[in-house]
Amino acid sequence: MSETTPTDAGRDLTRMTAVQMADAMAAGETTSEELVQAHLDRIERLNPALNAFLLVDADGALATAREVDAARAAGEDLPRLAGVPVAVKDIACTQGLTTTAGSRMLEHFVPPYDATIVTRLREARMPILGKTNMDEFAMGSSTEHSAFGPTRNPWDLERIPGGSGGGSSAAVAGFLAPLAIGSDTGGSIRQPAAVTGTVGVKPTYGGVSRYGVIALASSLDQIGPCARTVADAALLHEVLGGHDPMDSTSIDAPVPPVVESVAGASAEDGSLAGLKVGVVKEIGGEGFQPGVQQRFDEALEELRALGAEIVEVSCPHFTHAMAAYYLILPSEASSNLARYDAMRYGRRTTPEDSPSAEQVMAASRDDAFGDEVKRRIILGTYALSSGYYDAYYGQAQKVRTLIARDLEAAFGQADVLVSPTAPTTAFRIGDKLDDPMAMYLNDIATIPANLAGIPGMSIPSGLAPEDGLPVGIQLLAPAMEDQRLYAVGAALEARLARAQGGPVVDRLPEVPTTAPEVPGARHTPGTAGTHTEEVRA
Amino acid sequence: MSNLSRDDVAHVAMLARIQLEDSELDRLAGQLDQIVDWVGQVNEVAAADVPPMSHPLPLVNVTRPDEVRPSLTAEQALANAPDPEDGRFGVPRILDEE
Repeated sequence: MSETTPTDAGRDLTRMTAVQMADAMAAGETTSEELVQAHLDRIERLNPALNAFLLVDADGALATAREVDAARAAGEDLPRLAGVPVAVKDIACTQGLTTTAGSRMLEHFVPPYDATIVTRLREARMPILGKTNMDEFAMGSSTEHSAFGPTRNPWDLERIPGGSGGGSSAAVAGFLAPLAIGSDTGGSIRQPAAVTGTVGVKPTYGGVSRYGVIALASSLDQIGPCARTVADAALLHEVLGGHDPMDSTSIDAPVPPVVESVAGASAEDGSLAGLKVGVVKEIGGEGFQPGVQQRFDEALEELRALGAEIVEVSCPHFTHAMAAYYLILPSEASSNLARYDAMRYGRRTTPEDSPSAEQVMAASRDDAFGDEVKRRIILGTYALSSGYYDAYYGQAQKVRTLIARDLEAAFGQADVLVSPTAPTTAFRIGDKLDDPMAMYLNDIATIPANLAGIPGMSIPSGLAPEDGLPVGIQLLAPAMEDQRLYAVGAALEARLARAQGGPVVDRLPEVPTTAPEVPGARHTPGTAGTHTEEVRA
Repeated sequence: MSNLSRDDVAHVAMLARIQLEDSELDRLAGQLDQIVDWVGQVNEVAAADVPPMSHPLPLVNVTRPDEVRPSLTAEQALANAPDPEDGRFGVPRILDEE
């Protein structure tokens, strides 16, 4: 890596963890401005190929950094992550910064207010580098459904970085940002983390405010941290979490002690003695890539060495979780996306000959929404329509109850549950774009947590032997027990790094500065470039 | 098994206020039929006595005192409007001309 700073020519600041950055600033070894500039330089060099950022707010990030540096120089008491740069998924409203949700509908939408989580980043005095790419309205598992071109996986530019939060995962994995915000409705934080070798956490439903976050499916959506280490994720989790009166589904209880849990974790034999880890029988086996399964089995061995007892648990209704999810999500999405009528905001298309408001709405929505959004709105409208409601949406809600009961029973036998996070490593861009069903199956392991509202985490378990690409292991815990994920995740992370000679992220190959043409991709990267400049101007 | 015809998709799309073009209907109708067929498997689960779950949390209404608070200015509220006019949202006609 070639980025260096004037004060420390030997060290690449972007390779540090968030914890190291915070410590280095506190020790006076670097400044927030140097950190932000190092990341902006790397973004400038690599984003044309990766398309991880839709918008880069260099001026805003540097201004925050300089304020933090001045405050630190003045001896002010600062929050732990003050001065550490962060990227925000383009689903969260940022006052004065275009927020598109990856859609043409909101291509020019400049929010008049901040989402609560953005307010919390500002209160934590974290410079916001920019907004990251995503599948349109978070519908997808590859970021190919973004209206502004696909994001590419830093491990292999011909492959997807996962989705919907592929911009955030690519930014973190590619060292364009140490931390990022994601949103997880069916796996959109955890699956991108798995396929990019990073850490992603979906907190307990209601643990983090959704106010100002563009809604996909309101009973499933949850905001969470993307990071390269479990310790970094914990620090960001504590910044984001906690009650918000502006979100009626926000839990009025203290944030689970996630940072404390990481501090107590150890890679030593027996450090997890007394812990019961449940392997969900229904997740894995057929449809799971051999290398994914192999790394998972090795992680189980490490958990055993740490002293955990591995037990098999059964969640028999998981086999119907995908079907229930793909009724509940489109139903809620069709209702949430009804607001995009191009009347008060959004892209308006006006057909010829004095059209009615209704005709303008229908033309605008056809024009501005992509295929996946249309598919899901139509599916949801159908599932909710009279005559079909009981057989589809109503029945899906009953299956949801059974899945939540399965998990409750499983947590009677085990403290945490584990599975592979995604069935395969990153697939090639274009491979599943025209086969929605194949795309949906990426979320098979992650969806049950959203249906039940429980927390989940993905951490890297190694590289698959057959393709050298990252694999993730998922941990699940009961609601409001997020700290268990961090305690087990941190111990396993340290143990795996010891067994594999270092963390997965450190094995990232040099990222090329230009991206190859990808057959089958409908968009070319860089279409968002105009968008970036326009906002900067 | 066909659950959803091309006409059904066109009808539901109109209910959702999406004016699909013919080429889009051709592309989406088959995919949606396949998806509807697949999600219909939820009916294989015997769940007659199971209560539906609409949400992970027991929801209660959250209210606040009915007091005037700072809010967006008219200018801010109109800043993203496609057709603002005289401090209002400009919209196409809502009633038929005939």
